[in-house]
Amino acid sequence: MSQLHYALFTGCTAKQSTPELLSSTLAVAEKLGIKITILEEASCCGASHLQDFDEFLAHVLNARNICYAEKLGLTMITICNTCQLNSAMTKHALDKDPVLKAKVNEKLAEVGLEYKGTSEIKHFLYAIIDEYGLDNVKDKVTVPLSHLNIAPFYGCHNIRPSELHKDANGHENPYNPNSLDRLITALEGHPVNYESKNKCCGFHVELQANHTSEVLAGNALLDAMDNNADMMVTPCPLCHLKMDTYQDSISKTMGRDVELPVLHMPQMVALALGCTEKEIGLKFHVQKATQLYTA
Amino acid sequence: MSESKEIVSNNQTRKVTIKAFRFNAETDYLPYIKQYKMEVGKDELILDLMNRIKWEHDGSFSYRRSCRHGICGACAIKVNGKSVLACKQNAIELLDLFDNDITLEPSSKKRVIKDMIIDKSDFWEKHAAIKPYVVADVDPRPSHESKQSIEEFNNFMDSDLCIQCGACHYACPALEVNPDFLGPAALNAAYRFTVDTRDTAGDERLAITAELGSGVWDCVKCFECAEACPKEINPIEKIGKLHNLQFVRGVAQSNVATRHAEGFLRGIIKTGYLDEADIVTYSEGYLGMYKHLGTALKMMKSGKIHWHSGIPFINSIPKIKNLDEVQKLIQISQTNKL
Repeated sequence: MSQLHYALFTGCTAKQSTPELLSSTLAVAEKLGIKITILEEASCCGASHLQDFDEFLAHVLNARNICYAEKLGLTMITICNTCQLNSAMTKHALDKDPVLKAKVNEKLAEVGLEYKGTSEIKHFLYAIIDEYGLDNVKDKVTVPLSHLNIAPFYGCHNIRPSELHKDANGHENPYNPNSLDRLITALEGHPVNYESKNKCCGFHVELQANHTSEVLAGNALLDAMDNNADMMVTPCPLCHLKMDTYQDSISKTMGRDVELPVLHMPQMVALALGCTEKEIGLKFHVQKATQLYTA
Repeated sequence: MSESKEIVSNNQTRKVTIKAFRFNAETDYLPYIKQYKMEVGKDELILDLMNRIKWEHDGSFSYRRSCRHGICGACAIKVNGKSVLACKQNAIELLDLFDNDITLEPSSKKRVIKDMIIDKSDFWEKHAAIKPYVVADVDPRPSHESKQSIEEFNNFMDSDLCIQCGACHYACPALEVNPDFLGPAALNAAYRFTVDTRDTAGDERLAITAELGSGVWDCVKCFECAEACPKEINPIEKIGKLHNLQFVRGVAQSNVATRHAEGFLRGIIKTGYLDEADIVTYSEGYLGMYKHLGTALKMMKSGKIHWHSGIPFINSIPKIKNLDEVQKLIQISQTNKL
């Protein structure tokens, strides 16, 4: 296999509140021999909120990000479901609508850029599964996760709308997704089967509809716990922020103690590949997770 | 040769056990699941399976059906949590997806009257609340038609295809938690009439759909509605357009949700990234910040809030490369204001 090389769109959280996501992603890529070029020019994807305010501006900024991956001639990988969604939405909108593409390019020309539509956009999870291959991941496992029941939490924006994502996510079915389950199995962990795995964590209404947000996150965390999960894993740092940071307040809302370590997808892979404690960065979690590092 | 092959594949059936949710609100204390063994052919629809349960196994099995070609919206149910219009959904396709283990369920278990039949009154109340009709002073003796360009019509053509089946409404997790939320179907209808050039109640509808607690800002952005709609309307896209219209028409009120949307730009202009701390402070206002102090302390303790400058929150975010490009693009591309 020739060496895989990707342009990494880090997104905002990996540069701020979830540094462990970035360090574990880079560590996993290195262990797997995947070359990563960080798009240091890339700005915020808008997270659907900027889109609510000014859709055209959001398209312009996302198109600019994609331009930098195109300049390198690389597939752009994301490590956040919401970055994936919003970047892919812009790509989809511009690729199918030449008038919009021309309008956006008129703005981009002012800063010497042009969106062409030549780069694919893929979440790192699917780059690992569909391009690197689970058999190859399996060969690299040094610390099997066979002692762990792991609840996969898929996060909405990687699996819905399926029509948008199907080419980037290996036609994952949003009603019965299995990519994370298969990754857990490849790392010799035990995937937990529970109803909430493809449900919403409530992150996006954290501020304006806090009760809704807490109940949605609580339902999923308790469902995982009730099905004997030792930990939860998610490919989305926004799901992670909601599910890891707010377990105290979620416990109050739900009237039950919620206590479950939540890991980013690359952190879980990093554990199995024997990355260092520092790279995995479990100390940055609000809900204690350092006990999971056993090497 | 190819013809005989065709016949063989037409005769292919699959022996399966179909499970169905059973409950009669008048006589049953608890719902239960009943199993029905049958051979399913490749062209059979979920509606065919329901008919066969009723006709061949148990005449008391109850469900709504009428047109059987995807237009009356009566037969929306769920299969293993997936919203389907029973008369449009191929059965083998679902058996493949769920490993031959499927359970027919009502769209909303907590609203069941009998088996697949639910009380949809909340759906109709919400639909009625957004004035789902063209509001216009119509001349009773018009001298010409109300003309609309193709472009103007295309703005709402797909949202007009809604058959009120409730698939999106009962797939919406926000609505399950917050019974005040209008839900995707009503919001889609609000969009449909608001952008109709003949209509004059747009601002009124925008005010209704902008209410905190019940309107567009309570959408959790899960895209379940986009996935559930059997007419491929993509209700969440219309919810996004209702968000936008508040700013485009200049009727947005300044509140925690609108500031949260607009406030993204504050960080992006300064560093290229969202400013996680600033967005909370700006959206909530300084007085509203007290709610987040506990979380902020926990995040600080675990190292989630950085101290690059020695003081938390100050210059704690790196800057992207070529930030000037982003600043210029915002300056020349921003179309809306709060």
